[in-house]
Amino acid sequence: MSDLGTDGKTLAAPHDGLAVLESRRSTAETFGIPLAVLAELTHRCPLQCPYCSNPVELDRGSTELTTDEWKKVLTELAEIGVLQIHFSGGEPTARRDIVELVQHATDVGLYSNLITSAVLLTKEKLSALADAGLCHVQISFQGNEPVVADRVAGLKNAHDKKIEAAKWTRELELPLTVNAVMHRQNLHQLTDIIQMAVDLDADRLEVANVQYYGWALKNRAALMPTLEQIEETSRIVEEAAVRLKGTLAIDYVVPDYYALRPKKCMGGWGRQFFNISPAGKVLPCHAAESITGLEFESVRSNHSIAWIWQNSEAFNRYRGTGWMPEPCQSCEFKEIDFGGCRCQAFALTGDAGNTDPACTLSPMHEQIFRAAATEAAADHNRFLYRNFAGGTLETEGEHGA
Amino acid sequence: MASRNISVSEASRPKLPRHARLKFDETRQVWVILAPERVLAPDEIAVEVLQLCDGVRSVAAMVDQLAAKYAAPREAIATDVVGMLQDLADKGFLTEARENTP
Repeated sequence: MSDLGTDGKTLAAPHDGLAVLESRRSTAETFGIPLAVLAELTHRCPLQCPYCSNPVELDRGSTELTTDEWKKVLTELAEIGVLQIHFSGGEPTARRDIVELVQHATDVGLYSNLITSAVLLTKEKLSALADAGLCHVQISFQGNEPVVADRVAGLKNAHDKKIEAAKWTRELELPLTVNAVMHRQNLHQLTDIIQMAVDLDADRLEVANVQYYGWALKNRAALMPTLEQIEETSRIVEEAAVRLKGTLAIDYVVPDYYALRPKKCMGGWGRQFFNISPAGKVLPCHAAESITGLEFESVRSNHSIAWIWQNSEAFNRYRGTGWMPEPCQSCEFKEIDFGGCRCQAFALTGDAGNTDPACTLSPMHEQIFRAAATEAAADHNRFLYRNFAGGTLETEGEHGA
Repeated sequence: MASRNISVSEASRPKLPRHARLKFDETRQVWVILAPERVLAPDEIAVEVLQLCDGVRSVAAMVDQLAAKYAAPREAIATDVVGMLQDLADKGFLTEARENTP
């Protein structure tokens, strides 16, 4: 049986069975339509996490697709062969039409997943979402207790609300994934976070180390773990995965700064994943708009989504292996990692076409990762909180929460 | 709450949990199991077994049915079916019907 991750992230499971389904006919013939699509309904969010994966230039509420536009998109996605829809943000429940959109996804046959901070949920809202056919809930946690968690989230009482919403999720017999984004200032809580996931009766736990572009890159000095922390993290995750087999599935997103090989970002650019931004841009990755000089097509254009996926310049620029410079072009791993992450290459080298500096074969690798290790050791812990104003620095004793 | 961490035996009455949907993918003309962050592509035998997993039928009954249909030794079928279902259960894609419901 082939087991495919559908969120474009690098999963611990090494077996990539994508070919099984890619070999089947789909509307876009060269690169089959992805199995799952991430719908970023809004960039509005009550949280201010300093590692937010949204772009630094956030889409304003006034630019968001309307309810009817999203419904049309969902219908089109189902028609061209997408199977799963991840409703994300920002905070997707900040959209007043979230129940209507989940119901529409169900009506057109899509498996729906809600990726939420949970702080805006009420039991009634969650119950309505379940009745609308929601299949799975993923709640982000910033720690295992309010002191660390509310400071990272930049919102008072956020942690307690999340715990409450997680309990409602299981009461409604909806499957629950706990998503824990890890960095230097909460890695000491990892063992307790794993136990929290067990206590919440979660089905899955994602231990996701921060990926450093956008907001997280601005906060790298405050977030970058030490090498010792990473070694301890791997040990804790491996031990827990064995101990909790059959009780809690754990997916581990490794931090590429301390890896030797880059991550197979998005499963390869334009290969198995796209997302749709709040304003309707079809993107190869949720950070792709950080790469300047690439034009992204919109669902509001005259093109179909299948056409955009198959033919647009942004998807084809870094698709496959033909675009690769050395040292990637002659590298035996080029179809293993597809050259790593384009957004990271752009953020750290100024050219998205360069080898991802996470790779030891990149000429930039040593310099950049020594700088990161130095930042981790310096232990400057002040956050720049994510917001529409371009970020707000944490102040002494009066953090965002 | 549906039971977790199940051990599959011939007495089990397994079913797919709410978050695992068996569906025929019209675009790719293949059966898939939709699960959180996963799409599984079960082979033909797995699809046939999973279609029998309704939370009412026991594994023993499924094995009888399959052994009769394929005129195959019951013991070999039982080993394969229990093994496959246990593998799915360990991944969280199979559960058992609640004890107080038939």
